[in-house]
Amino acid sequence: MPIDTQDLLVTESVLEFKSRAINVSTLILFSPQLDDIQEKLQQKIAQAPDFFRNSPLLINLAYLLTHSQSIDITKLILLLRELEFLPIGVQGGSKSQHQIAIAAGVPVHTMPVKKITQPDSVQKPVIKKIEVKLITQPVRSGQRIYAQGDLIILAQVSAGAEVMAEGNIHIYASLRGRALAGVQGDISRRIFCADLQAELVSIAGNYRLNDSLDNSLSKQNVQVFLQDQALIIEAL
Amino acid sequence: MARIIVVTSGKGGVGKTTTSAAIAMGLALKGFKTAVIDFDVGLRNLDLIMGCERRVVYDFINVINGEATLNQALIKDKRCDKLYILPASQTRDKDALTKDGVEKVLTELKRDFEYILCDSPAGIERGANFAMYFADDAFVVTNPEVASVRDSDRMLGILASKSQRAETGQEPIKEFLLLSRYSPSRVKDGGMLSVDDVKEILSLPLLGVIPESKSVLEASNAGVPVILDEKSNAGAAYKDIVDRYLGEEVPHRFIKVKRGLFSGLFRSK
Repeated sequence: MPIDTQDLLVTESVLEFKSRAINVSTLILFSPQLDDIQEKLQQKIAQAPDFFRNSPLLINLAYLLTHSQSIDITKLILLLRELEFLPIGVQGGSKSQHQIAIAAGVPVHTMPVKKITQPDSVQKPVIKKIEVKLITQPVRSGQRIYAQGDLIILAQVSAGAEVMAEGNIHIYASLRGRALAGVQGDISRRIFCADLQAELVSIAGNYRLNDSLDNSLSKQNVQVFLQDQALIIEAL
Repeated sequence: MARIIVVTSGKGGVGKTTTSAAIAMGLALKGFKTAVIDFDVGLRNLDLIMGCERRVVYDFINVINGEATLNQALIKDKRCDKLYILPASQTRDKDALTKDGVEKVLTELKRDFEYILCDSPAGIERGANFAMYFADDAFVVTNPEVASVRDSDRMLGILASKSQRAETGQEPIKEFLLLSRYSPSRVKDGGMLSVDDVKEILSLPLLGVIPESKSVLEASNAGVPVILDEKSNAGAAYKDIVDRYLGEEVPHRFIKVKRGLFSGLFRSK
């Protein structure tokens, strides 16, 4: 006969503790002025009175602390209770603020607090650093070069060598191996070279083999680019 | 300060061992104390070309394994007392070579010798890698045909990226092109790549052109480095190469077709 372990637990123990993560609204304060806070909160409550009534609330003091603005915790808690919120914790305050909170019956949450930024503050644009790789020695048969940005090669690329770049490829000598530009799919990338005798050229996966290259273009500066999904090879 | 020269090519049968033997002899005849090491473990040939195959007692691998001292294994050439040969083992394979062992032997040789030539096996595997790893200069032996040129190019890539000099960021290995088995008349017919073609494809300084010559095979079979054959074009070409390597200005020969039937007949011996 199978034993129901759930029943067993319930009958043998009166209670048990379990860790649970819960979702709680956090009140992040950017100003220590109680009058302003009261006014803003009343505006919010007016928008949805049922939603805010008796709702648990975590008070985050990190911004005030990092900007060394002090706030009367006792009065704040009283204010929140008057507005029918149920403050269930504070976090990110100073030691003395935390002691006052505990005295007022509000526990302290010491979990690490993410750095608080004001919501209207402008985020700095992330500038992506583009790596340009410079090769001064010949790229020999069997060697492979990969550049995340542009690739500049001052010496020849031998037959059986492979040069690849997410950006453009510039070769100031003979290209006899393979050159693949825009390998991450950027169709605006180009290949420039001083003598095109390549085994293969490719822009963003559109390639041409040596067989279909125009021999009259060897020994002169050429560029390779994409136009309407066609690979164009022309003298410069 | 001793210089380590690797004679390499990638492809087999292009004349690495012939070149190693000839240049080692050439440098020794110039008065430099020279050692030539056969790295082709398991396919020992240098001793035959040098004509000392009956005098091999200990070999390179014995020295690496500590079974013999370097002095016991080195064979002194009978024609030139500045030249010593370190033969490969015929009964082992390339796995018997270790980087530490090779370094130990080369370090010891560097104390006594001015030039150390490493005769590389064909291929780009273990033996070839160890032969070139500690080199200061590389003689890239190439035949004027596309397969040999491509293999040389591959080898040049390895020299530039996998040698000790490359790995420790020192000045790169100095590379020189030696074009062997060259036949100007066949180039003229279009049946062979020209010197300029090969130079352009490999973009390397040309140290010398060794003409195709019957005397190379004859010298090999007789166990005499071809450089000792006074009447041979190939021997003369190797002499020029040694002079150029040592810094002399010597004009290139054997590149153009000889004019006149008779002079051609007499000189191509």
